[in-house]
Amino acid sequence: MSESDRDDEKVHRAVERVARESYGRLVAYLSVHTSDLAGAEDALSEALLKALITWPRHGVPQNPEAWLLTTARHSLIDFFRHQQVALASEPDLLLLTQDSSKAVMETNFPDERLKLLFVCAHPAIDSTMHTPLMLQTVLGLDAVRIAGAFLVSPKTMGQRLVRAKTKIRDGGIRFEVPELHQLPQRLDAVLEAIYAAFGIGWDDLAGVDQRGRDLTQEAIWLARVLLQLVPNDPEVCGLLALMLHCEARRAARRGSDGRYIPLSEQDPKLWSLPLIEEAERHLADASKHGRAGRFQLEAAIQSVHAERGRSGRIEWTAIVRFYEQLNRISPTIGRLTGYAAALAEANGAEQGLAVLDAIGQDAVSSYQPYWAVRAHLLQLLGKSPEAQNAYDRAIGLAEDPAVREFLLQKRA
Amino acid sequence: MQFAFLIYESPEAFATRKSEGTESYTSAWRAYHKALVESGVFVGGDPLEVPETGTTIRIRDGKRGVQDGPYADTKEQLGGFTILELPSLDAALEWAARCPAASYGAVEVRPLAPQIRRKVTE
Repeated sequence: MSESDRDDEKVHRAVERVARESYGRLVAYLSVHTSDLAGAEDALSEALLKALITWPRHGVPQNPEAWLLTTARHSLIDFFRHQQVALASEPDLLLLTQDSSKAVMETNFPDERLKLLFVCAHPAIDSTMHTPLMLQTVLGLDAVRIAGAFLVSPKTMGQRLVRAKTKIRDGGIRFEVPELHQLPQRLDAVLEAIYAAFGIGWDDLAGVDQRGRDLTQEAIWLARVLLQLVPNDPEVCGLLALMLHCEARRAARRGSDGRYIPLSEQDPKLWSLPLIEEAERHLADASKHGRAGRFQLEAAIQSVHAERGRSGRIEWTAIVRFYEQLNRISPTIGRLTGYAAALAEANGAEQGLAVLDAIGQDAVSSYQPYWAVRAHLLQLLGKSPEAQNAYDRAIGLAEDPAVREFLLQKRA
Repeated sequence: MQFAFLIYESPEAFATRKSEGTESYTSAWRAYHKALVESGVFVGGDPLEVPETGTTIRIRDGKRGVQDGPYADTKEQLGGFTILELPSLDAALEWAARCPAASYGAVEVRPLAPQIRRKVTE
C-alpha cells in the first residue's frame, strides 16, 4: 500500500467517524428551523462527499464537525438560491446565512437530537415509520439497509421515507420538546421506536448476519443518546437496561456449530458480565423513581434470567409476577405468550396452556412464538398429535434456519 | 391480491431432494406449507422437477429450436412456485422470509397480473 493510499484510508476513516458520531446532531441542527429533513440530509451528504475530496489534500480540519456544518449550510443556501426563494422573505434562510459566517469558528452548537427524536416518533407520522425515520435521520442509515431490516422493498421504503419527511416539512410538525403533560406519552413513542430497531436486529441475528448485529448496536446507541438528553426518566433507563441484558447474551445464543440455544439452556459463562452489570445499574437507577413501566418490567424479567449466572436457578415465580404487572399495562400477544411460558415453568404446563387457550385464534395465526410455546407445553402434557401439529406451525412460521432446525429436532 | 413466490434453488439443494437424510428439508417444507394453508393464504403451487429435466423450445424465422435444460443458464434455477392470496406486498415479503428456500436459495415475490389474464381469457 502506498503512502497516499494510506492517507486516503485515514481520511475515509475520519469521515466515517465524524459521520457516525455527528450525523444526527448535524441533521437535527440543520433542520430544526426549517423542518426540512430531506434538505438537511442532502446538504450533509454533499458536505461528506466534499470532505472525502478536500480532506486528503488539505488535511482533516481541526474541528471536522464544524467544517461539515459550515459546508452543509452553504449547500443549503445554494439550494434555496437555486429555488429562487426571495432571501428576505425566508426568515429561516436568513438565519442560516447569518449563522454561517461565524460557523467556521464554531466548535459548539446546541444538540437538537431530542427534538429530532420526538419528530420521528410524532403521533401524526404513521407509527410503522417511526423507527425507519430515526434510523435514517439520526443515524444516517441508508434506505436500502433499512428496507432489508424491515422486510420491505427498497423502493417502497424510500418512498415511505420521502412521504414521511414531506409530511414533517409541510404538515407543520414542529421541532420541539413536548409540553410536560404530553411528555410521557410522546417519550413512550420514542422508546417504542428504539426498541423496535433492537427487536429487528435481534431477530435478524442468525449468528452470521453482521447487519442484524449492527442494528441492535444502533438501538443501544440511540438509547444512550436519549439517556444523555433525558437523564431522569425511569423508562429510558429501563429500555437501556433491557437491551443491555439481551445484548449481554449474544455469544451464548448459538452453539459453536451455529445451533440455536434457548435462553434457559445458555451457558452463563458466555454472558458478558460488564454489560449485565451496566444493565443492573440502569435498572437500579430507574427503580429510585418508584414509577414502574413496561420497559423496567421487561428489563426486570431479563434481570431474573441473568441472576441464574450467580444462583444457578431461575426464579420463575418472580418472572410470573412481572408478566402479571405487564399484562395489567397492556396484554399483547407477545406478553401473554411469555406469561404462559413462565407460568408453565412455575406452576405446571396445564396453567400455561390455559393462558394460551384464552388468546383469540385470529390473533396468533401467524405469531411464531405462540406456536413454539404451545407445542412445548402440549409435549410436556403428553398430547402428542396436538404437539406435532403445533410444532409444524411453529416450524412453518420460523424465519431463522437455526430456530427451524431446533424445533424440527424437538418435534421428532 | 395474489402473489407468486418463485422458488430458486442451487444445484446442491436440488441434489438434496433425492439424497438420503433429507428429513429436515422435507419437514421444513411440510411445516411451511401447513402454516400457509392453516393461515388461509395458500392458493396453489407445486415443486418442479430438477432443471436438467427441462426442455426449452423456440421458433425463430420458422425454424424450430429445441434445447435440453432450462431457459436460462444460471446457477440458481426455478425449483417450484407457490401462489398466495395476501393483502399487500409487505405481507407477502413476511411470508417469503419464512419460506425455507429464503435461507438456502432465494424467493422472488411477484404479483400476478389479473388484468392481463382477463384480456387473454375473456
